[in-house]
Amino acid sequence: MEHTQEEIRKHVKIYISVFAALAALTVITVAVSYLDLPLAGAIALALIIATVKASLVAAFFMHLISEKQIIFWILLLTFAFFLVLLFIPAMTS
Amino acid sequence: MSDMIRYISKPHPVTGVTNAKLGIWCFLASEVMLFGALFSAYILLRTGATEWPVGADLLNVPLATVNTLILIASSVTIVMSWASLAMKDLSRFRIYMGLTILLACAFLVVKGFEYGAKFEHHHFPNSSTFYAIYYTLTGLHGLHIVGGIVVNLYLLFPGSAMWQTEPERFLGRIECAGLYWHFVDLVWIFLFPVLYLL
Repeated sequence: MEHTQEEIRKHVKIYISVFAALAALTVITVAVSYLDLPLAGAIALALIIATVKASLVAAFFMHLISEKQIIFWILLLTFAFFLVLLFIPAMTS
Repeated sequence: MSDMIRYISKPHPVTGVTNAKLGIWCFLASEVMLFGALFSAYILLRTGATEWPVGADLLNVPLATVNTLILIASSVTIVMSWASLAMKDLSRFRIYMGLTILLACAFLVVKGFEYGAKFEHHHFPNSSTFYAIYYTLTGLHGLHIVGGIVVNLYLLFPGSAMWQTEPERFLGRIECAGLYWHFVDLVWIFLFPVLYLL
């Protein structure tokens, strides 16, 4: 993978912004947990924040935002199996 | 001999990525299933339990918050080490990779304090279902941190000799090590709220 110096400098700026966003979201997720929300709401909110954080890491730190198609096919397949894995308990309980 | 595994530093014409990158993503896919199975077990145990404790009542949230920030910072430093190398700055790469390893060690030290406090209060994996899944998930995650430290130490010291002979291949290795490290961070991003806050 070839990158120009200019591209890398832009990347670095993005990394710093993503770090700030991740740190802020970490503080928010802890703060929200002190609000005494009903359990369903608390779970939903915590998982939404975690998903946003995970997406930021995957998109920018793991460079998924500019990744080749084959990687997305692997991840799509993984995600499908992951959902099956998560829903097995829900279906059996 | 070096021709035995092809396209390790140049993209494969069919996939458009190096075989090394394809390999690490397939490995990470298998890791998703490993942790996915345990998250699934967590859901099954929690929904099947008559009562389930709130993580914050049993675990140390401030320490875990600090650990979350440490891990996020280490994700930044490892990606900066890759960026430094992409800008052909080996000494900067060394600084950022060294920082990544130090942050990873700091994470383990904090985790050690957490485990120590739990052991002092006689909270072991066999104490309750909550502690069983807590130790299983955080223990497996901790092992991944240890694995990452070993690989990153190799890449920082003896492995970096490759920069002189095959710089492109070495850059690819750092990218793969980074992908693994970000994945470890990603798992913690979900472990933290699930175990400590809910």
